[in-house]
Amino acid sequence: MQKDPATPGAAASPPARREFLKQGCAACLAVAAVGTPAAVGTRVFLDPLTRLKTVENFVKVTTLDTLPEDGTPVQFPVLADRRDAWTKFTQVPIGAVFLQRQAKDKLLALSVVCPHAGCFVDYVEEQQGFLCPCHNSLFLKDGGLKDEQSPSPRPLDTLEVQVRNRNEVWVRFQDFQLGVTEKKPVA
Amino acid sequence: MIKRVLAWVDERTGLGRFAEAFLFQNLPGGSRWRYSWGTLLLYVFFLQAVTGFFLWTAYSPSTQTAWESIHFIQNEMTGGWLLRGLHHFGAQAFVVVLVLHLLQMVIYGVYRAPREVNFWLVLLLLPLAIAMSATGWLLPYDQHGFWASRVPIGIMGVTPVIGPWLQKIAMGGSSVGHHTLTHFLALHAGLLPLIVALVLGGHYYLNRKHGFADAPKDCGCPDEPYFPAQFLKDAAACLAVLIVLLGFVLVPLWQNPGAAPGVHLGAPADPSEQYSAARPEWFMLFLFQFLKYFPGGTEVWGAMVIPGLVMTVLALMPFVAKWKHGHRFNVLFIGVLAVGALTLTRIALVQDSKDETYLTAKEHDRRSAERMRQLVSERGIPPSGGAALLRDDPFTQGPKLFAKNCASCHRFDGHDGTGRMPLNTYTVRAGDTWESIAEYRFTKPEQLRDLNKSLGGRALKPGDQVTVYARPWAPDLKGFATREWLAGLMDPARVDGPRFFGGTKFKDGKMVKWVKKNCTSEKAGDLKKVIAALSAEARLKSQAGPDKADAELIKQGRALITGDFACTDCHSFGKKDPDATAPDLTGYGSRAWLLRFISNPNHADFYGKRNDRMPAFADKKILDAKQLGLLTDWLRGEWYVPPKNGTK
Repeated sequence: MQKDPATPGAAASPPARREFLKQGCAACLAVAAVGTPAAVGTRVFLDPLTRLKTVENFVKVTTLDTLPEDGTPVQFPVLADRRDAWTKFTQVPIGAVFLQRQAKDKLLALSVVCPHAGCFVDYVEEQQGFLCPCHNSLFLKDGGLKDEQSPSPRPLDTLEVQVRNRNEVWVRFQDFQLGVTEKKPVA
Repeated sequence: MIKRVLAWVDERTGLGRFAEAFLFQNLPGGSRWRYSWGTLLLYVFFLQAVTGFFLWTAYSPSTQTAWESIHFIQNEMTGGWLLRGLHHFGAQAFVVVLVLHLLQMVIYGVYRAPREVNFWLVLLLLPLAIAMSATGWLLPYDQHGFWASRVPIGIMGVTPVIGPWLQKIAMGGSSVGHHTLTHFLALHAGLLPLIVALVLGGHYYLNRKHGFADAPKDCGCPDEPYFPAQFLKDAAACLAVLIVLLGFVLVPLWQNPGAAPGVHLGAPADPSEQYSAARPEWFMLFLFQFLKYFPGGTEVWGAMVIPGLVMTVLALMPFVAKWKHGHRFNVLFIGVLAVGALTLTRIALVQDSKDETYLTAKEHDRRSAERMRQLVSERGIPPSGGAALLRDDPFTQGPKLFAKNCASCHRFDGHDGTGRMPLNTYTVRAGDTWESIAEYRFTKPEQLRDLNKSLGGRALKPGDQVTVYARPWAPDLKGFATREWLAGLMDPARVDGPRFFGGTKFKDGKMVKWVKKNCTSEKAGDLKKVIAALSAEARLKSQAGPDKADAELIKQGRALITGDFACTDCHSFGKKDPDATAPDLTGYGSRAWLLRFISNPNHADFYGKRNDRMPAFADKKILDAKQLGLLTDWLRGEWYVPPKNGTK
């Protein structure tokens, strides 16, 4: 930039500074012009990150009578109101849950979602446990990991379950983060 | 005149000179088939862009319209199935051509200076093609697309640190919904093709800049201009690919003219409806299989670290090749990769072909898809979307409701409604033998031994765990209230068997005794009339013909019910009998009767206090009104059946 670096001081310095200022301004204007629309768009695109999920409440899933006395897990769809962007759905299936009796009135609710990659697991009577049809993770009847080599990082996720009015089974339905050892609800 | 116009254009744009340089570029050593890969890749991309654009013009991304619009494209719009078919197979062709092109570049060492950037651009296309494919699956929003795309979305979540955010941005929320579709469409039809186009353009430009390859040594082949020799080869190659693609779409149509044309579109996505055959496209099966070998918590290695390392080694190939045996190493490396991927793909395919769950799920999906086509052509799609049609269909929902709610006691043609045999585990007690266990469950000892192959057929010891067919505690309801079914009920040999009262507490009850005493062969003629009369009460759709034809027989039968046969000693028939102790026969098996029966068998009109174990499904709120209706309609065989010859 400087034509003659040997020339000392004042004479050469102002044009160089002016030049730098000019370059800086040009860069700033360009960034502002290009960046503004991009930033506005990006902010909208990132909207899901800051949108808080509504807290899940307990949902009535079934009645006690439908659960086999012998403790065999049965899968039930979970119906609830759900908002999906612009549509409000009333009483649609939002997922499913395995319910089983551990004792006469003691229930265990397991999420059907395999904590590995999110496929639905099947209950396999012959194995007395759950098998994921995607990557073959094996779980015990109580949801525990059957096999250390299973791709799933943790046991099946238990869900809170309550019996109300003597016969109604209510479950707090939640999604949990997949692929991590720790059971963390999806925020 | 034309020459002057062309000269004018050339002078102002340079197009003419460019075209000339482009078409008549000199190829050292002449044209070659393997120089066609780049053009071929460009061509398949062009094919995808064109077919994709037109699909886009008719596609609507939302959870209530995505499947529906694709169904419309495929089944209603003229040629829609062909368009979708070409796009479907074109996507696979892109990957195949890309991989072959890459292999070719490595084997012939076309990554050496100055073609490094050229090689990297092709490498970059690999993850881009995977991203295109993964965003493309979801768009039809059928069961397969919905469940198969859960896996890549899930994998995105295990990215260290930013995983959960990344996942949320991709899905446009915390679960798959409208915004997942809008996002995936924007990526699939907008951003990703733009990037691919730039990369491909760059690749093609560099191809021309550096020439397709170094002139072959001691070949003695003369140089040729690009046009016409290479151009002809390129055009032929493109056409060959197009013919293969058309073949994939058209040959099944020719083999099976009655089937729905075009590639499979499953039943609409339903988050509560399990689909156990979620698999990525075949060219990604090796990645899917690879993931199976990573135990819990190490997934990130299988999904990201190792693939990342492999990509790095590939990217470094041009530099590795500078060493003495570098090129050989590169060829060996890519060879091992190819063999490894093929082996993994094969393992995945073999495992699936033996996997009962996978095959059942596939078959189930095929049937639901076929059913959807029937329902849509009959009813049309409601504004709430196609999934509702299946949810309101007795033919689809009946078996599931039966399996879940009835099959712990009842059977349907020997199974649980869905075709499975309900199983239990039984702990052997002292004195049990194969024969005694089998007899109690109305099965044969051989069947039990088959179920428990691990015991090798040895004698049972107390404490052994055996898998057994669950004992049917109540009648088999296949064909309930039809003449055949009633004939079985009123057969002394069968009434206390497993298909009727054998498992119930009525096994030694009044009805069984009455049947054994009265339904003798001398009375066969009258019995036939009674059965016809009783069965007519049900007003079954399947029996409308015989019911109408046998009006006289039925009239006589009705007289016998109240007269000689004295059914009305215990049952009501026609008018309410307050002293009746057995189920009301008025309207027996009709929709209203069956609905009321399932709602509450304890009602005085039915079994009253003598009811065995059957729950009151409505009063106990086990089933809601809609489910009860679906179950009743299914048991009575009332569902939409398409006309036999009306299908396209």
